[in-house]
Amino acid sequence: MSGRQRVDHAAASAAFIAAGDHLEFHDRRLWELRSKRDGEAHGIPEWETLRTLASAIKEHTLTHLADYLEQFERNATANGMVVHWARDAAEHNRIVHELLASHGATTLVKSKSMLTDECDMRAYLEPRGIEIIETDLGERIQQLDGEPPSHIVVPAVHKLRRDVAGVFGRTIGTDPSNHDVPYLAESQRIDTRPYYLKARAGMTGANFAIAETGSFVVCTNEGNADLSANLPPLHIASIGIEKLIPKVEHLGVFVRMLSRSALGSPITQMTSHFRAPRPGTEMHVVLVDNGRSERLGMADFWTSLKCIRCGACMNTCPVYRRSGGLSYGSTYSGPIGIIIDPSMDLKKYSALPYASTLNGSCTRVCPVRIDIHQQIYKWREVIAERHQLPLAKKEAMRLAGQVLARPRLYRAAVEAAAAGIDKLPRFMVYNPFNAWGRQRELPAAPAQTFRQWYLQQRGGSK
Amino acid sequence: MKVALFVPCYVDAFYPEVGIATLELLERLGCEVHYPLDQTCCGQPLANSGCHADARATEALFVRNFAGFDHIVTPSGSCAHHVREHLTAIEQRPEVSAVRMRTFELAEFIHDVLQVREFPWAEFPHRVGLHVGCSTLRGLNAASTSEIAEPPFNKPRALLAAVRGIEFVQPKRPDECCGFGGTFSVFEEPVSARMGQDKVGDHAQAGAQYIVSPDMSCVMHQQGCARRMGLPLKFIHLAQVLNGARA
Repeated sequence: MSGRQRVDHAAASAAFIAAGDHLEFHDRRLWELRSKRDGEAHGIPEWETLRTLASAIKEHTLTHLADYLEQFERNATANGMVVHWARDAAEHNRIVHELLASHGATTLVKSKSMLTDECDMRAYLEPRGIEIIETDLGERIQQLDGEPPSHIVVPAVHKLRRDVAGVFGRTIGTDPSNHDVPYLAESQRIDTRPYYLKARAGMTGANFAIAETGSFVVCTNEGNADLSANLPPLHIASIGIEKLIPKVEHLGVFVRMLSRSALGSPITQMTSHFRAPRPGTEMHVVLVDNGRSERLGMADFWTSLKCIRCGACMNTCPVYRRSGGLSYGSTYSGPIGIIIDPSMDLKKYSALPYASTLNGSCTRVCPVRIDIHQQIYKWREVIAERHQLPLAKKEAMRLAGQVLARPRLYRAAVEAAAAGIDKLPRFMVYNPFNAWGRQRELPAAPAQTFRQWYLQQRGGSK
Repeated sequence: MKVALFVPCYVDAFYPEVGIATLELLERLGCEVHYPLDQTCCGQPLANSGCHADARATEALFVRNFAGFDHIVTPSGSCAHHVREHLTAIEQRPEVSAVRMRTFELAEFIHDVLQVREFPWAEFPHRVGLHVGCSTLRGLNAASTSEIAEPPFNKPRALLAAVRGIEFVQPKRPDECCGFGGTFSVFEEPVSARMGQDKVGDHAQAGAQYIVSPDMSCVMHQQGCARRMGLPLKFIHLAQVLNGARA
């Protein structure tokens, strides 16, 4: 995540594609999730109404966010939780570290949280003597392999089972030639169990924080979040401020959609409500902004905060499926990443909005109706306006703009192209046929252009 | 009905037969078709790259060329979609709005405006995979899609279904993007080509002899992939089939 160099998505995707069986598996597996999502969504007659409702609830909450956050804080505090406010990643990490230090905790078991990845929390805590164990299977695979998650729901989906066997063989002592999934999963559980018992602190994220009750909800499939939260004497929950919803009655709308959109299953195995610390333990919530308030002020992009992190847009995205999450160089990848990342660092992520064909499938599966592909389109405009286009592309567009606005120049260019000149004039986007021709044939050159035919046959405009 | 024909640059240069079929078909269906000779491009490649300032003069020229017609028709869904939804780099004066509102993709124009469903001269005795490009499909709402449960409809298919002898095959992922994506095809070449290969492979496996499409830019890309892969697939624009091409 570190470094400010521009992420080169095209180059990274080429490397992913070169590993052939990985790409085939990745594409097939995620398409399967997308298909299962269709099955579940289409089985609910009011699905489209639910999407509208979910969107309306989120938009209402976001446009009254300060009030709901304060309400949440009041009620959570009354329940016995301690609420902390973190302006950015650095504050978040510092707060977590202070909590751990003051409780004498040197081992932290944690369940999946994109927010802690966003804050690069492990990199902050580990040098300060905190041992961190990711307890979600996919996250653990990624942690042991020294890679960030490649998907917000299925973090290791880009790995084949033989890759996992290799990682576990190297790190937790399994037989590297045994690729059996139950064996690998069970080995991870056995390896993780002692940490639950030893850890003085556990951490979760949250899928939803409910203002009226001051409680929060974690949706998981492995039970690891409940162990992380309920065994150690200290539970810290890191929650992005956009996770708020006003009332418990709103929860049903989202819980019905979350797992259906994410995995095509009706509901997650566990939907855990956290309301107050158990007797003799402490529960701390860190509410994190880290750029969210700024995004809320962006007229074209604030609705990206409606996101409930289901990953449906990633599963359906034909580009994501064929380039892998790591090619986006950010915690958030795929279509939702493309519209969130540039708000955090425009220069670094300025190539991402171009890693899209604008096909619009993401927008149609989004359970909270974020107009994702429209925002991708809009980000391109912002990137060009703020001079973040590569020079060659910028120059090609400037020349194209001049040629396309002048019929005579345009006709010369088209006729040259039709006449089969090897290289199109620069205006057709900086010598594109080098890239075009790498894996594709050029169209055959016709005898005459349409316009030439028209003049010959019809003698000009009527 | 005074109709202006907009022939996109790549059709003008590489697929004149598609422009010709569109012109002849519209005339057959009773339209008075004009071809403004100073037309160039709708500006889509520029605007889709984010370069709205660079697109301004091209968009203004487009409006000058096509103002005053009852309808503007083009055999390209993505160009029609750009004009209708995204021609916003220039001031939205009344003639700009009028041109935008009156611009149609060919199949949509025949289906919704002319409301023609019969093409008695047309016969296409082949197994066909239909490819509706994403701008046509989701941008212009030409058909229902797999993401949303709704009563199925498909405007290009409804027209083609009237052609004698045509037989549709069903690819596994009928509305997956083929990866053309305009400048995406060159700036994201690895993924673009892979998507194209997967798309034509899906059609070939379904038993298609022809891929028929209202979107020639997708076809240019798919055809390029299929030829390089050595697949025996053939490609033809919907206008040609509806106009009576047999092969």
